[in-house]
Amino acid sequence: MPPVLTIAAFTMREAQRNRILWLLGIVVVSSFGLSELVGEVAITEASETKSALLAGFLRFFSVFLVALFVTTSVVRDFNDKVLESILSLPFPRSVYYFGKLIGFLALAIFVALTIAAGLLLYATPFQVAIWVASLMCELIIVSTVGLVCTFSFHHLTTAFSAVFGFYILARMIGAIELMGTSPLVPAGKPSQEIVNAVVSGIAFVLPDLYRFTQSRWLMYEGVAWADLVPIAGQTAVYLVLLIGVGLFDLYRKNL
Amino acid sequence: MAEERSLHSVPPSALAILIVGLCAQGLWHQLRPPPEARAAALPSPPSAGSLALWALGDPEALARLLMLWLQAHDNQPGISLPFKDLDYDKVVGWLGRILDLDPRAQYPLLAAARLYGEVPDEAKQRVVLEFVYRRFLEDPDRRWPWLAHGVFVARHRLHDQRMALRFAEALARYATGPEVPHWVQQMRIFVLADVGDVEAARLLIRALLDSGRITDPHEIRFLSERLKSMQTPSPDPPPARP
Repeated sequence: MPPVLTIAAFTMREAQRNRILWLLGIVVVSSFGLSELVGEVAITEASETKSALLAGFLRFFSVFLVALFVTTSVVRDFNDKVLESILSLPFPRSVYYFGKLIGFLALAIFVALTIAAGLLLYATPFQVAIWVASLMCELIIVSTVGLVCTFSFHHLTTAFSAVFGFYILARMIGAIELMGTSPLVPAGKPSQEIVNAVVSGIAFVLPDLYRFTQSRWLMYEGVAWADLVPIAGQTAVYLVLLIGVGLFDLYRKNL
Repeated sequence: MAEERSLHSVPPSALAILIVGLCAQGLWHQLRPPPEARAAALPSPPSAGSLALWALGDPEALARLLMLWLQAHDNQPGISLPFKDLDYDKVVGWLGRILDLDPRAQYPLLAAARLYGEVPDEAKQRVVLEFVYRRFLEDPDRRWPWLAHGVFVARHRLHDQRMALRFAEALARYATGPEVPHWVQQMRIFVLADVGDVEAARLLIRALLDSGRITDPHEIRFLSERLKSMQTPSPDPPPARP
């Protein structure tokens, strides 16, 4: 087996040993029960309410789970000198990077597919397929950001906070941009121009995560495969950028 | 030992990926459609049971959060909705739920009377005023200011003296706590005079003065003068010009 795939397989095995699959199963089942309970008290549109609550919660949980696993896994490699052991072998550093990345991406895809099983109770397979494909893209970006942040910060708390800050900001940036152009905001004021420029600069380096994984795709008709095209495009572009940043950082580290 | 190695240690392929990724992200950012402002319709208020569930045992905090959310609904990112475009049955439903969560809060009734009640739409003003009236009856000594404002709106904006009189009579009958100022009870007198029932207004002022509840000399003088003006027949209107 090529060393890249060996590292990826060990990363997946680490997820298995950490009981992540158990945790995922327990959370999916319990959130299903909670959404049933809340859906029962809805006066109308009970199915839509259940699917929206379940989808919203599971999306957030899956991001939390993947980000936490990525950061803890890489920090453990630092602390247990696993990274040094692998780098002492006759492989380029990129082998370790891509091995870990493939392992994390496989976990992200597995998490998204597990969540899909729960959602099939409330939406059609077609709606769930599009929603889950988008969630996969979202988790791919989050796990790659997690890898970059952990290489940069080395510490679990700061790396995890950075990943979550990135995620929240990327989800909010569309609304923040719109607020800057609100009719209630005085135009032409220098302070406002500076704020708008800063927001545009931040938006430039962030992915459009606010377009990803919309609950309305599960609740209402009208979603199409074409909706996934910009999401897949943004994921591909951002993945290349993050791989470039991650490799650049890893090669410059004096380990 | 230095923290970082030199740039030469980065393979050209890794640098190339970084540069390509950066350029692609820049290009993507330029080509993407700008964020789209969508006016989200105000949803129907949930049941009291589900709100209690989401309150996590702290209904007052949820009430404040919901109030701010409802208040900001007209100013969504990138778009500003006039109040008159809101569905007032839903607005009143939300205000009622918020008041259920925190019955001591004045915020929902203030927003109803002074914010949503100011909309230039008579039907919507009536929806809000009836809401304020209904919720006033649950706690008159605390909620009288908003119904007093309702009397003003009914009298001067809607020109509905019957509604104003109904509100003023409810104020006089139920808002009787020690903290409620006397003028709240007196509102009924002026509305009665407006609808032409001068005799009833006169009797009310006399009863109020005789009750001894009013001790402020300025207030006694004002009511006495008002009583005197009601007793004096109004001068005949000037003859119409040919």
